[in-house]
Amino acid sequence: MSTIGTAPASLLRPADRLGRRRIVNRAAEGVAWLTAAVAVGLLGLVIYSVARRGWSQLNLDLLTKAQNPYAGPGVAQGLANAFVGSLVIVAIATAMALPFAMLIAVYLSEFAPRRVKTSVGLVLDVLAGIPAIVIGIFVFGLIVVNHGQSGLAASFALAILMLPIVFRTTMEVLALVPQSLREASLGLGVPRWRTTLSIVLPQSIGGVLTGTVLAVARVAGETAPLLFTSSIVGAGISANPQHALEAVPLAIFELSESPYPTDQARAWAAAFVLLMFILLTSLVARWFAARSKRKLGRGR
Amino acid sequence: MSTFDATSDAARRPFKGRRTHFGDLILQVTAGLAAAGAIFLVGMIIYKVVEGARLSLSTFGLGFLTHTSEINGDIGGKAFLIGTAVTSIGALALATPLALGVALFLSELAPGWIRGPVTALVETLAAIPSVVIGLWGIIVLIPNLRLHVMPALHSTLGFIPLFGPVTGTGASIFAAIIVLTIMILPIIASISRELFLGVPAELKEGALALGTTRWEMVRGVVFPFARGGVAAAMILGLARALGEAIAVSMVIGAFNGFSWNLFSAGDTLAGRLANDYSSPGTAPTATSSLFYLAVILLVFSIVVNLIAQVIVRRAERRQGLVR
Repeated sequence: MSTIGTAPASLLRPADRLGRRRIVNRAAEGVAWLTAAVAVGLLGLVIYSVARRGWSQLNLDLLTKAQNPYAGPGVAQGLANAFVGSLVIVAIATAMALPFAMLIAVYLSEFAPRRVKTSVGLVLDVLAGIPAIVIGIFVFGLIVVNHGQSGLAASFALAILMLPIVFRTTMEVLALVPQSLREASLGLGVPRWRTTLSIVLPQSIGGVLTGTVLAVARVAGETAPLLFTSSIVGAGISANPQHALEAVPLAIFELSESPYPTDQARAWAAAFVLLMFILLTSLVARWFAARSKRKLGRGR
Repeated sequence: MSTFDATSDAARRPFKGRRTHFGDLILQVTAGLAAAGAIFLVGMIIYKVVEGARLSLSTFGLGFLTHTSEINGDIGGKAFLIGTAVTSIGALALATPLALGVALFLSELAPGWIRGPVTALVETLAAIPSVVIGLWGIIVLIPNLRLHVMPALHSTLGFIPLFGPVTGTGASIFAAIIVLTIMILPIIASISRELFLGVPAELKEGALALGTTRWEMVRGVVFPFARGGVAAAMILGLARALGEAIAVSMVIGAFNGFSWNLFSAGDTLAGRLANDYSSPGTAPTATSSLFYLAVILLVFSIVVNLIAQVIVRRAERRQGLVR
């Protein structure tokens, strides 16, 4: 660090002060390494214990048999009803949120004046920050109080949670679509709505998919909104969204409070399946995101 | 509504007649309605939650916030307010230094081959559902805290009232703080990492060229540059901790009261909502009081998020000027 050839050596020898500064630097670096190790260790520990306990509990009964709260201890039980219910609820929520979010993004990025764009964007940021349990109690007040619990009410709650996520990623990718593409299309006399629908949107489809997959990963594990909207369920496997449906996170929530080891074992198995699903979908989202960014980057 | 930018408008107008205007109109109106729908939705959420709380609001008024328990057997908000504040601020205090350490490590120190996997791990962890962390909290964390950590803290720091004797099952405010720490750590860490990476290389290299050590460079250049963003990241983490219901309700022990002993059970606003969803109590105002808790949460989350947005926007403007 300090060897400039011609200067007298005595001036360049580290003074006490430099020695201390180096020690402080070392200490700070050590602390950063340590905190990183603690944090990563803590987080790794969570994944490890779910994987270790969940993996050994996986079996075919889990996927083929329904829960049966009245069965004796010897009867094999599964969580088939929860898997089916989660699938139905999340699928309907996606169908509700996706077109809505895309339309908002299209309006804000293609049509809206700047002021409207920032203020509606702010409102959606606020929506993204509202706790899931408050969304749950909102849907409870809006739908459940009058019409009772149902899979549809749960889907509506989850759709509200998905909306800002899909919106945000769609906006980001619409901003990446080169302006020259729009201008070329308009210059050829293509009306604005066709330019938007058949030039701009197809370019950004990768981003829309990324947002959707991310949102699915997020809400598949949400428990809080389901408590108020779809938690009092009948027996047996059902896919009818007009009645309350069991869901995987709800099952984990309920089974975790059970004193029976077999129930806890199923909670771990369900947690493992849920976690694998979420990790997988996050990976897919990452892949979509990388791909669409690459494609749009080339277009420039 | 003059919504087209000038170039495209000029390019389009001379050639186009009524028909295409019509198509534009349909798309613009549909999409505009969707945007209006989003604003309507947020308005509806606020309206419905406040409406649900109306009975409790008119019965108790703001007094709700200062009572632990109302006379007619209903809940009061005080214990939950304090519980929410203590758990989320405690979690923030634990998570922030850890998260900054992780972010510094990932942006400045880590060798290339560690950087990728650890970044991916941290970002993945933000996606773990709260119910899974809650399950881990009940079955793995709490027994260990109760057997090892809590007695050790009590015997060494027992003179501080926060670290009182261990009671009950170990489900406690302390366990909730640990669980929330794990949940907000990835949020603060990943935002801070991006901020640190966004510090212009010229500034960092300039500092190093002046002979600062790496730590002095971080303190003198990286931290001041990213200060606003880190504050916003902390606030977003705080917002997450305030509103977390499931994981907290699983590990905090659901006790309608508050004790300054962190090792005893307590409850938070969101935790109480998650616990009472099926049986709000027998008082006539019981359901309405649950909505009241939701109103408080809603106000907190909106205020906190708006503050974060303001900070982010200001920081973005400043960074724009520096570049």
